[in-house]
Amino acid sequence: MRKELRVDPTACSGHGLCAELVPELVTLDEWGYPIIARGPVPPALDKHVRRAVTDCPVLALKLLPPAGR
Amino acid sequence: MNGITQSTALWYASRATGVVSLLLLTGVVLLGMLVNRQGRLPGFPRFVVTGLHRNLSLLAVAFVAVHVITAIADSYVSIQLAAIVIPFTSSYKPVWLGLGAVSLDLVLALIVTSLLRARMSRRVWRGLHWFSYAAWGSAVVHSLYSSTDLHHGVLLYTAIACWLAVAIAGCWRMAHAGREIPREGRAAATLEMMSPGRGPRRGRREAPAAQRPGADIR
Amino acid sequence: MTPGTTVPQSAGSRWDQPRGQRHQHPGSGLPRLFPASGAVPVDLRTHLSRFTALPYLGQPGRLIPVLKAAGLTGRGGAAFPVHRKLAAVADAATRPVVIGNGAEGEPASDKDKSLLWISPHLVLDGLQLAAETVGSAAVGLYVHRNDRLQDQLRAAVAERAEARLDRIPVEIIDAPPRFLAGEESALASRISGEPAMPRFKPPRVFERGVAGRPTLVHNVETLAHLALIARYGPDWFRGAGTADEPGSMLCTLHQADGRRDVVETQLGTPLGSLVQLGPGTQAVLSGGYHGAWLAAEDAGQLTLSNADLRPAGSFVGAGVLAALPADRCGIAETARVTRYLALESAGQCGPCFNGLPRIAAALGEVASPRPDPRAVTDMMRWAGLVEGRGACHHPDGTVRFVRSALQVFGEEIRLHTQGRCVDPARRPFLPLPARTAMDPADWN
Repeated sequence: MRKELRVDPTACSGHGLCAELVPELVTLDEWGYPIIARGPVPPALDKHVRRAVTDCPVLALKLLPPAGR
Repeated sequence: MNGITQSTALWYASRATGVVSLLLLTGVVLLGMLVNRQGRLPGFPRFVVTGLHRNLSLLAVAFVAVHVITAIADSYVSIQLAAIVIPFTSSYKPVWLGLGAVSLDLVLALIVTSLLRARMSRRVWRGLHWFSYAAWGSAVVHSLYSSTDLHHGVLLYTAIACWLAVAIAGCWRMAHAGREIPREGRAAATLEMMSPGRGPRRGRREAPAAQRPGADIR
Repeated sequence: MTPGTTVPQSAGSRWDQPRGQRHQHPGSGLPRLFPASGAVPVDLRTHLSRFTALPYLGQPGRLIPVLKAAGLTGRGGAAFPVHRKLAAVADAATRPVVIGNGAEGEPASDKDKSLLWISPHLVLDGLQLAAETVGSAAVGLYVHRNDRLQDQLRAAVAERAEARLDRIPVEIIDAPPRFLAGEESALASRISGEPAMPRFKPPRVFERGVAGRPTLVHNVETLAHLALIARYGPDWFRGAGTADEPGSMLCTLHQADGRRDVVETQLGTPLGSLVQLGPGTQAVLSGGYHGAWLAAEDAGQLTLSNADLRPAGSFVGAGVLAALPADRCGIAETARVTRYLALESAGQCGPCFNGLPRIAAALGEVASPRPDPRAVTDMMRWAGLVEGRGACHHPDGTVRFVRSALQVFGEEIRLHTQGRCVDPARRPFLPLPARTAMDPADWN
């Protein structure tokens, strides 16, 4: 099962690196917080997503099994 | 240069890499503050600040390693291997070299904990990372008194520039920490910002003070 | 005949609740959770004489199929099937914790406080049975700081300990006076020694809750029903309510004339027999401050059931039903409550602490005469921005509440653009706490 990119909003403080590193999945709202596309991460973006997860200064990004929301 | 009558290539290498290490450490500390304040290097994307902070810190360790190894290898002064990491145990200038060891220990701890960041609680990592200031500070004192290189000339000005940069940036950083609104007060602060007379904000471009509405409220 | 037992702030409910002609299982009628005698606290002796002794089942897990057959769902607002929660925690099998959630942060809801005051032993029975079912040796009851109530509960717990009724000692735990204090993960945080602020999920509390242990959290009313089902069985429980939504529940009713009652009623009861829907009422709020407004004429067609309320944009929730008098401004009331909800944000998640206050400010603008026409469009944009982007459902619930107001009070909004209002004095109606302190200690 491919994983989904999600953000822990309690940790996120709006640095915005994720939107720079994976613009295909992440845009910033008018306050600088990430809006992340739902659904499994396309394989082509795996590398970039993993980098975003590692580079987030507050480690707010997580790769999780898709939630049945 | 006065005072050194029997310098060797190793001794010069140690001093040179020491200076570079100090510059790199200063850069790392400044970049760290920039990351925290969500700042940017003009013309570069944000991920460059984080990336540079990390890469320069690794580069600094490399230079510190050379600095330390050449100092040990050099036979002019006797510095025990263990004194690299156990502070104040060297027979040559124990206090000043000891501070160098303190700085190295701290830098290693910071790097190891940062590499293992995902495996520890956020609070623990953050608490430990505050020691970066102590690592830089002890490196500064170590650099000032381990040799007389920084007491005159270009190197003196370079050192002063490093201290001033960190001092000024540090004040900016601490000033913001003082103004930071705790979680419990953020919604109230936002509401205050939206008080009647201003009208509802339409987005980034029309915010009054900060570039982003609520930018102070993080 | 009085419908259910009420805990009146005044003399008692006047509304005659039609019982229906359906055959009732013997003894399956109401009231169940409250004594027929009225709002007097039931002491242990009375409790034991009315209900028989605590029916321990002797082994973990035994109660789960019973609860599944009964179809009991959570009475804290989410209506999650109780047997599934119990099964999830029982399966975890590593030192689970059981917490009865009596932190009724919703200002318009009184039912948990009333239940704990009048029938604490039913709740405490339920706690013991739940603990036995999941194999827990750590049990707590989480209640707001109310000295009288907490003292009463401590006395009840002590009485039961003396009578050797409880197998696991029950700890009474302080909940801070916040709207979100009763949220599952906020509860787990608080009991773990941190401020009562919601956490990101996963993991959910039944996986990792208090001190990292699997935690079963049930609303106190749910536990009371559980305690009765264990005694009388699933068929008895299904003797009230509907086939899909069985049983009875406690509701807090706010009538247009200002009276405020807690009643026990069955699911499926017509809303019109719970709140007065005459010409003096323009709208009904169902589901509390995270619920939705219904126009009075629509409410008249609906029953107290998710089957009816969900399609109408609302839900049963924790049973709060508030009638808005015809001579009050629905937008002003919504603006007041939304401001409260915005200030109750934990301040952790950017979209929430940025979006909710802006929405509240925009609503305040709409509630004033000749509002800025951009206010509604801004509000809708922000509403779209905050939904689903918090660690908890606070932004979602608030947006549901606000959207329903824009729909139901559309006519009122139009009046405002012309500088008119049904109630220019904007007299407050819905209950809100007087406290507005932003003291950090308030979250601990």
